[in-house]
Amino acid sequence: MAAAGLAVVTTGAASAADTAFTTGSSDVIIQEINKQIRDAYKDNEVEPSPVADDSEWMRRVCLDINGHIPSVEDVEAFLADKDKAKRTKLIDRLLDDPAYTRNWTTVWTNLCIGQQTPRRVSRDGMQKFFREAFGKNRPWKDVVSDLVTAEGHYEQNGAVNFLLAQMQDQDDGVQMTAKTTRLFLGMQVQCTQCHNHPFNDWKQDQFWQFNSFFRQTGKVDHRKYNPKTGRMDDDYSEIIERDFAGPVYFEKRSGLMQVAYPIYFGSEVDPAGSTDRRKELARLMSAGEKPMIAMAMVNRTWSHFFGQGFTRPVDDIGPHNPATHPDLLDRLAVEFVKSGYDCKQLMRWIANCEAYNLTSRSTKKNERDNPAAGETALFTHVYVKSMTAEQLYDSLIVATNAHKSGRSGWEQSEKQRQDWLQQFVRTFGTDDGEESNSFDGTIPQALMMMNGDLVKDAVSVKSGSHLGDLLSGKGNDVQKIQRLYLTALGRMPTKSELSKSQSFLKGNRDQLAVYQDLFWALLNSNEFIFNH
Amino acid sequence: MQMTTPDGMSRRHFMRHLAASAATLPAMNFISHVQANAAELKKKQKACILMWMSGGPPTIDIWDLKPGSKNGGEFKPIDTKGDLQISEHMPKTAAVMDNLSVVRAMSTREADHGRGRYYMHTGYVPNPTVVHPAFGSVVSYELGTKRKDLEIPSFVSIGGGGTSPGFMGAAHAPFLVDNSGNIRNADMGELGPGRLEQRLNMLGVVEDNFIGSQRGESGQAHKDIYKKAVNLMTSKQMAAFKVSEEKKETLDMYTGAPAQGGAMMGAGGQFGRSLLMARRLVEAGVPFVEVDFGGWDLHANVFETLKNQRLPALDAGIAALTTDLKQRGMLDDVVLVWMGEFARTPRINQDVGRDHWAASWSTMIGGGGLKGGVAVGETDKDGVSVASGQSYQPGDIWATASHALGIPLDTVHTSKRGRPMKLANGGTAIKELIG
Repeated sequence: MAAAGLAVVTTGAASAADTAFTTGSSDVIIQEINKQIRDAYKDNEVEPSPVADDSEWMRRVCLDINGHIPSVEDVEAFLADKDKAKRTKLIDRLLDDPAYTRNWTTVWTNLCIGQQTPRRVSRDGMQKFFREAFGKNRPWKDVVSDLVTAEGHYEQNGAVNFLLAQMQDQDDGVQMTAKTTRLFLGMQVQCTQCHNHPFNDWKQDQFWQFNSFFRQTGKVDHRKYNPKTGRMDDDYSEIIERDFAGPVYFEKRSGLMQVAYPIYFGSEVDPAGSTDRRKELARLMSAGEKPMIAMAMVNRTWSHFFGQGFTRPVDDIGPHNPATHPDLLDRLAVEFVKSGYDCKQLMRWIANCEAYNLTSRSTKKNERDNPAAGETALFTHVYVKSMTAEQLYDSLIVATNAHKSGRSGWEQSEKQRQDWLQQFVRTFGTDDGEESNSFDGTIPQALMMMNGDLVKDAVSVKSGSHLGDLLSGKGNDVQKIQRLYLTALGRMPTKSELSKSQSFLKGNRDQLAVYQDLFWALLNSNEFIFNH
Repeated sequence: MQMTTPDGMSRRHFMRHLAASAATLPAMNFISHVQANAAELKKKQKACILMWMSGGPPTIDIWDLKPGSKNGGEFKPIDTKGDLQISEHMPKTAAVMDNLSVVRAMSTREADHGRGRYYMHTGYVPNPTVVHPAFGSVVSYELGTKRKDLEIPSFVSIGGGGTSPGFMGAAHAPFLVDNSGNIRNADMGELGPGRLEQRLNMLGVVEDNFIGSQRGESGQAHKDIYKKAVNLMTSKQMAAFKVSEEKKETLDMYTGAPAQGGAMMGAGGQFGRSLLMARRLVEAGVPFVEVDFGGWDLHANVFETLKNQRLPALDAGIAALTTDLKQRGMLDDVVLVWMGEFARTPRINQDVGRDHWAASWSTMIGGGGLKGGVAVGETDKDGVSVASGQSYQPGDIWATASHALGIPLDTVHTSKRGRPMKLANGGTAIKELIG
């Protein structure tokens, strides 16, 4: 009912609003994005969905930028705000929130070392590095350069953990080569380790040319004597520079041995032992007007917000895999470079654009824009994303006020968070490059949401708990139900949801149990666990 | 002997069944737990139990002894009921060896724990472009999805760390349990079933609203997973996880406890207990169960550890499982596979240990209608290389298992990136073992 009403209203206004949508920001780059996306609608004969209402949009932008749902107080304030520029102001506020740094630290730590910390890698060190990078909004090219050239102790220089995580096997830097190109250049060269790529121009020798940049990288795993057990225990690890000069050797499928020298897209560096190859690589990676590291970061960040990049997979950019909006991708990459690789500015452009402000409901006029079914993404509506494990945990904490009841210090709460996450991701086992916008849940994860301690605590009515405060506070049943919906889903209940909730209350002597079960149902719902 | 008559089964039939087993193993009363005729039908469903020896077992001391060689070590071979000899510390298994075969010509290429684990589980070497499913996930996909009345997960892994379902997707990930059989978060504590119903009713209101909101398929997928989770919480089949329902004598037989005076209730006892749970799960219709038995990374003191800890537990477990399945008429439908990530060096090191070795080693496979009592291939007199010409890869073991499970060998799956992936990496069913 509500959906139909909304659609009618906005369709009526659409012709006038065609070029008029704004969050309140007048940045020309945002207008350029809007124009290019709209042009593609026309070319493909689709029409955009209506603009999302404030509830829907606020929840999404908080999850995408800050990694958790908004608190009920923030929701109420935003819905009541009459300022026409409130969306763009909210974006700026979220980008300045400490949760921004925490969220992006999580995102990039997971991308660099995985959700489960590999052996001999310091998650703390990696996080420390990204906390500083995102906290100070360091230029992305400096961040990448630090990661690629890192040397030293894994806690003193946290950047080394990216490479350490790729050194799990003695594999002549194969994993380092594959991961670095994929993550920072948006190129999948890993297939060419063994053969020329069947669909693109990457050749096997190019893989080994990239690889030869990494061959001066060594690691030392330090151990120390434990007087209690009389054994040697693991101590810290570090990355050191190792002597290496000349070519690397690799085997063609024919069995023929070949050599490869350090060459980056045709730019050769001196293969002598005196060259610091990783420094040279970092320099070459950010050279030019539109380097691959800018393309890769723009594409990945866009994908973070929309659930779809300009290419699929997001880290496979190249002539063999045309982008959905090639000019827009190029333009954003160039502007990103001009901005000084300013990550916050890139996000500001994306979050303020029209397409990101649309509802996630499709309409008859755009239902074939369905990337989940393999169609090209046209961004006529926002695609539904699964919350990450971290977003889910942090959102549960916000929804249940656990962060305010002060039941434990930071260190202890961080430990609880890590324990929960480990339990949650243990059986996840996905290919780290896979994009998925379907619920990838497993039964243990569902059980954990249904019966685990976190949700059990959430629906307890102990004093200081959100539910306890709400129920002992002022207001009639309707208001209490509404507030529970705002807390969990960031929106008011529909008429039918409200009346059904009321009928549950009527039919039951144990009113407390009904509220508990209602809150349980909201937190366990698909609407809660998806970012939409 | 206390005995319950299963519903719908004539007592005479039941007694005849019992008599047959009593003749071979009087101390055991394996079939007292049969619940219904339906259970009888489930027994005929194909299944595979993988006994995973994490750490890499020294197969030269278990399945392929080398008496007279400097690599031979302390143990002697003994005759078995099959056409091969095995270790003197495996006497119970020797007595059922006519049902089990040993592939003595494994020659794999991965001698690192992580890589070997991946290779043996999937049939593929690790590759940065794709995550391959463990064979258990393949069986879950091929057989589990067809078993509509199966309410519990179709790939259960007992006591292990789990493997990736790869491109098969999370629905085919192993369901991890420890061998206590307690499923984490599977009950609602003190809350009664009325509360669950109330919660699910309320959940339905929100879920259906979202599913109907033109937001794609994910809302429905979420609802489906919850349905499975609720099934699990409320299913009678959950009893399959409860080894405590078994008689003590049965459990003792699996763990070898009486002979060890209770000493085996440590790590070794865990193995028997897990195997017994595996049998219960298979009986309930679960098509793939993996049982983890660790402690094989014997870089030092190999013979003492084998003789006093590992082998008694291994011997009791394998023998009890084989006997039990046979008595229940299930052995021809349940494939047993035994392997680790690799084996250990023929050469004995200065710490009287053996190190990692993948060039020439053994796996065990039996049941499922495969030929038993056979040694396939051989190693040379010192055990350092395959001497029989043909050597085998994990894909060949899984192809043999597929054959027994009725999964066509020309099955091809497609990775998420659209790459065709052959079943068992295109391995070949071992001809000495198939009909």
